[in-house]
Amino acid sequence: MPEAEILPTRRPSNRDEAWRYADILALERLGVTALDDWKEVAIADGETRRHCMVVGSDAPELHRIRLTLGEGSRAELFVTNKGDDYTRVEVEVTLGKGAHFEFGGVTIGGGGVTREFVTKTVHAEPNATSNQTVRSVHWDTATGNFLGEIKVARDAQKTDAAQDFKGLLLEAGASANAVPQLEIFADDVKCAHGATVGQLDEAARYYMAARGLSPQQAQRLLVQAFIGDAFVELEDEKERGRLLDAALEKLEGNI
Amino acid sequence: MLKIENLHAEIDGKAILKGLSLHVPAGEVHAIMGPNGAGKSTLAHVLGGKPGYEVMQGSVDFRGSDLFDLDPHERAGAGLFLGFQYPVEIPGVSNVQFLREALNSQRKYRGEEPLSGGDFLKLAKEKAALLKLDMEMLKRQVNVGFSGGEKKRAEMVQMGILDPAFAVLDETDSGLDIDALRVVGEGINSIMRAPDKGVLLITHYQRLLDVVKPDKVSVLADGRIVQTGGPELALRLEEEGYDALVNERLADA
Repeated sequence: MPEAEILPTRRPSNRDEAWRYADILALERLGVTALDDWKEVAIADGETRRHCMVVGSDAPELHRIRLTLGEGSRAELFVTNKGDDYTRVEVEVTLGKGAHFEFGGVTIGGGGVTREFVTKTVHAEPNATSNQTVRSVHWDTATGNFLGEIKVARDAQKTDAAQDFKGLLLEAGASANAVPQLEIFADDVKCAHGATVGQLDEAARYYMAARGLSPQQAQRLLVQAFIGDAFVELEDEKERGRLLDAALEKLEGNI
Repeated sequence: MLKIENLHAEIDGKAILKGLSLHVPAGEVHAIMGPNGAGKSTLAHVLGGKPGYEVMQGSVDFRGSDLFDLDPHERAGAGLFLGFQYPVEIPGVSNVQFLREALNSQRKYRGEEPLSGGDFLKLAKEKAALLKLDMEMLKRQVNVGFSGGEKKRAEMVQMGILDPAFAVLDETDSGLDIDALRVVGEGINSIMRAPDKGVLLITHYQRLLDVVKPDKVSVLADGRIVQTGGPELALRLEEEGYDALVNERLADA
């Protein structure tokens, strides 16, 4: 690939697992320094922290977050990823004893744009739990990705880690990629992952039309229900509304 | 109110309706009976505008307009309600949100003001009570986890809330026990028995007709109406079965 020759070696390419579906040219526009820009957050023992964000604009965006969770702590991250250019949210989490990591993400949009979540969840100590739910809704030739790596260390017994991905493609030409990667060295753990990609339910659309909802209204309700899964664990109703509205706004006028 | 003339319809290139004509004036409850595979559900879905059901010939006039000029949601807005034989589950969407948006979408289509949240809930409670459906069920997801009988009662609650001018009810009695059948039948009477409304009641059995007394009964066989009569026709069918009557009619044709 020509861009591999242009890019210095330390830059990622599509040959790297974590960058396999990335828009490398957009990354180049963003500049190399962005790669070093990690937001480091340490959560003290027993503390709970929640962060909600809407990301994406008309320029490429790269958000890299590194979380370290102390014993018995809890981190929640909820994201609506709706950029009009390449938008990548990357999270590296290391969980201490009995800690919990909750992640809910939505990628939504059209154009020829790639939007993705890449998580690396390290269960370093026993009894920690993690739950990740990603929903992707795309049209045109857009792509939504979820690359989720889970590492369970030898001592991290009683780890309970779950990953769930669903893609909803509104038009032929759109795509979704789910790459779960599990590396487990402990023997008493639960790691669940699931991934499906589908289209809008035709029977539901007809039923909704028969009750008077226009195709646009039916689609909005179905998409709202679909992406709602990603924010079920978000207890702050106002924030949940903000993330949902940002996603649904993207849908308006685009279909 | 509903005038079907010489309707021919196909699914996947297979002719199902073969020249069906039927008039249902305002104020009438018209039952359609017939053997399996006669085209009863196809008729309902052609009227509803289900994708994949192709009209090859004929016309349907609904309240003075060509029904086929309207998209499915516009037909609902124009006052047509289709009660589903198999109501569809919509995970993640509550009945309350679904029905309020549906009602307000219909009202908008008719140039009426939307109903407020409070007024809508009052209306929903009233109709749920009429069909003896727990209001809590309307807060749940559309038809998700409902039993067969609950789905049918929920359909009638929807009909009560949407208050259509004309209802096409496709085997609304299937899956109902005797008590639920009575509740649903009385619901149909209470919601749809009016001089300015009409009902096309598709059913296999006489028992719903004991509660919702039809003004007319038509027999649908092989894609056509083969006989129309009064309520006594349903009783005769119950006794003699479809075969005798249908064979006699098709032999005449």
